[in-house]
Amino acid sequence: MAKRMAIISTHGTLDAGYPPLILATAAVAMDMEVAIFFTFYGLEIIKKGNADKLQVSPIANPAMPQPIPGISVPNIIGMLPGMTAVATNMMNGWMKKANVAKLSELLEIAVESGVRIIACQMSMDVMGIKKEDLIDGVEVAGAAAFIEFAADDAVALTF
Amino acid sequence: MAFNFDQELDCSGLACPMPILKTKKAVDGMQLGQVLKMIATDPGSLPDIQAWTSKTGHELVGHEEDAGKFTFYIKRTK
Repeated sequence: MAKRMAIISTHGTLDAGYPPLILATAAVAMDMEVAIFFTFYGLEIIKKGNADKLQVSPIANPAMPQPIPGISVPNIIGMLPGMTAVATNMMNGWMKKANVAKLSELLEIAVESGVRIIACQMSMDVMGIKKEDLIDGVEVAGAAAFIEFAADDAVALTF
Repeated sequence: MAFNFDQELDCSGLACPMPILKTKKAVDGMQLGQVLKMIATDPGSLPDIQAWTSKTGHELVGHEEDAGKFTFYIKRTK
């Protein structure tokens, strides 16, 4: 049975931030070694103080439930100014109602419980992100460092 | 059916993955052979706790369900 989980996180949105952190914290609680490689927009999740500010876009996201039940709003309405904020408030509202932990809490638990948080050096250079912009406990490294971890029989997941 | 336990943890209202994370923390802080009573309302908590005990090797001594409230008795075995 695999003892490691290797996760790649590439999206900096509210909905895309949850799966890597939920799976990472659950896997480490099941005595697995876990590393998450945050690359490109995934770096937004580990910027200091940013995890709870991530947004979700209603554009090209037809799976998103309608804001008013029973009334079908065309997806193109999502491009109007302010609609991303509306969708984000909606999603934060559902998560709170269901008592789902905030992304910042999951991230804190991940770091505390020993999940390796690896920030992609190349993405940081491309996007002008400095190590001090990221939360404490981050390792800055390249693809090879992540692959070395993943190559040791890890379950590998991409988000 | 009632079981003896040494410590209690209430995860009522918490959603996945928090009951698992809190259970792990609680069990890690207990002595070998001690039993944790954990209460959860997350509908997925039964398969999750079964999977967690199976993977970690701790023992699910017993569980009960009553009107959406799950009670687990977990023994630290290692």
